[in-house]
Amino acid sequence: MINQYEIFETIKMIENDKLDIRTITMGISLRDCVDRDMDRLCEKIYRKIATCARDLVKVGQDIEDEFGIPIVNKRISVTPISLIAEGTGADSYVPIAKTLDAAAEAVGVNFIGGFSALVHKGYTNGDRVLIKSIPEALSQTERVCASVNVGTTKAGINMDAVAEMGHIIKECARLTADRDGLGAAKLVVFCNAVEDNPFMAGAFHGVGEPECVINVGVSGPGVVKSALEKVKGEPFDVVAETIKRTAFRITRMGQLVAREASSRLGVPFGIVDLSLAPTPAVGDSVAHVLTEMGLDLAGAPGTTAALALLNDAVKKGGVMASGHVGGLSGAFIPVSEDAGMIEAATVGALTLEKLEAMTCVCSVGLDMIAVPGSTSASTISGIIADEAAIGMINQKTTAVRIIPAEGKEVGDSVEFGGLLGMAPIMAVNPYSCTDFIARGGRIPAPIHSLRN
Amino acid sequence: MTKAIVTVIGKDRVGIIAEVSVLLAGYGINILDISQTVLQDYFTMVMLVDVGKMDIPFPEVKAALSDLGEKLELSIRIQHEDIFRSMHQL
Repeated sequence: MINQYEIFETIKMIENDKLDIRTITMGISLRDCVDRDMDRLCEKIYRKIATCARDLVKVGQDIEDEFGIPIVNKRISVTPISLIAEGTGADSYVPIAKTLDAAAEAVGVNFIGGFSALVHKGYTNGDRVLIKSIPEALSQTERVCASVNVGTTKAGINMDAVAEMGHIIKECARLTADRDGLGAAKLVVFCNAVEDNPFMAGAFHGVGEPECVINVGVSGPGVVKSALEKVKGEPFDVVAETIKRTAFRITRMGQLVAREASSRLGVPFGIVDLSLAPTPAVGDSVAHVLTEMGLDLAGAPGTTAALALLNDAVKKGGVMASGHVGGLSGAFIPVSEDAGMIEAATVGALTLEKLEAMTCVCSVGLDMIAVPGSTSASTISGIIADEAAIGMINQKTTAVRIIPAEGKEVGDSVEFGGLLGMAPIMAVNPYSCTDFIARGGRIPAPIHSLRN
Repeated sequence: MTKAIVTVIGKDRVGIIAEVSVLLAGYGINILDISQTVLQDYFTMVMLVDVGKMDIPFPEVKAALSDLGEKLELSIRIQHEDIFRSMHQL
């Protein structure tokens, strides 16, 4: 029999340290739904999702019951809708967003990702329609998440798209002003977006993916923090080793759940995403892992180094524990979804600039950040461009999920509730980048993209 | 054979093992191994059981054990063995 100590250690991780499976995400290809007629397209999309994901929530619940490990979210990602809808010639894809919302509700998942367009090198007509539809789509649906990829290391950055996304984000926040700008919280602007990300709001089912696939995202910042409490004052070699060991265990559990879900649903297993994902709950904070290393608050000098160590050690520990690692696989540092980040941002220890530095060493980017509603579209585009440049040059995924909250200023806060949490409004650099963003065109791919 | 682990944690009292065993036997669950310790009135028990031949769905056993735990003022869980094996053994 497995020894008692290990059994109770696992139970402690789940009960006290909030270890859980953050999401089982089913990726569904909608390529066979393509149709010239919008109504028929919507009908096919609904039917496909309702059929493929019929048992997703039940199987998740069964696994949760039998293994005693909480599975917080069951979600769906679909093929980027710009690709599927283009043939309709329609001038709005909002009806498709509503169909996705209805299908998600019918199968019982809380989010569905893939109202997306990939425009890193340029727009097709479908991409244009999709992006224009985003604000309305997100304000009129509950569960739909949107994403737009504006740059890659291979293609450079599409600055026309960067400029447009500043306006789109403003519009998303404006149309959902009564809900603190929730629309913008469901929209991610990516550089180097990945095709198998199980986490929202940026999940979509890439074109290189199979018909249907199960991807799993683990969690566990609380477990890492708790492990580090036992090595107080020890050198970083010990810190790194402790994180690696913990990440290995967390990931093994993720791999087990992924394998079970995949076999029970009869759907191939895709990847386990190693990202340490926080929630606003006490004891589930990535920021508190950093402070456990010896920082007063997240954002203090040393934060970037601490995060770099954490991110790397999590990957080293996790990679051996799973057959296929993928998705974003890095520590998440969303402000509103992490109690320690909220605290640090509220007292001013954590600024937008420090967060930008932190995104150089972890996934995924400036995530769930609320800024004054008066922030201009071009300033938001400037922030996106900076973040995309970090991703492009460092050959990593970066993203921006920013909420310019209507009528709010520094000192106020926005409240989304649930996993999306709350965020203090953060100060934005007041100097203008309007002329820079107005140039448009493309920032060429960096020299190290030429690897062939 | 499908193995699961039953864990009992709480304050020691007369008849814990008896009550848990009777409940498990009632569902056709065989106890394969059992170990327990009492540390300063604090009782912990681990049972390895075979749930392969039990006659009700897993969530119902789980609920029944949890109810028994409430009655005895203990925390009683049942989990598939794989969760522990995967986390601690290569």
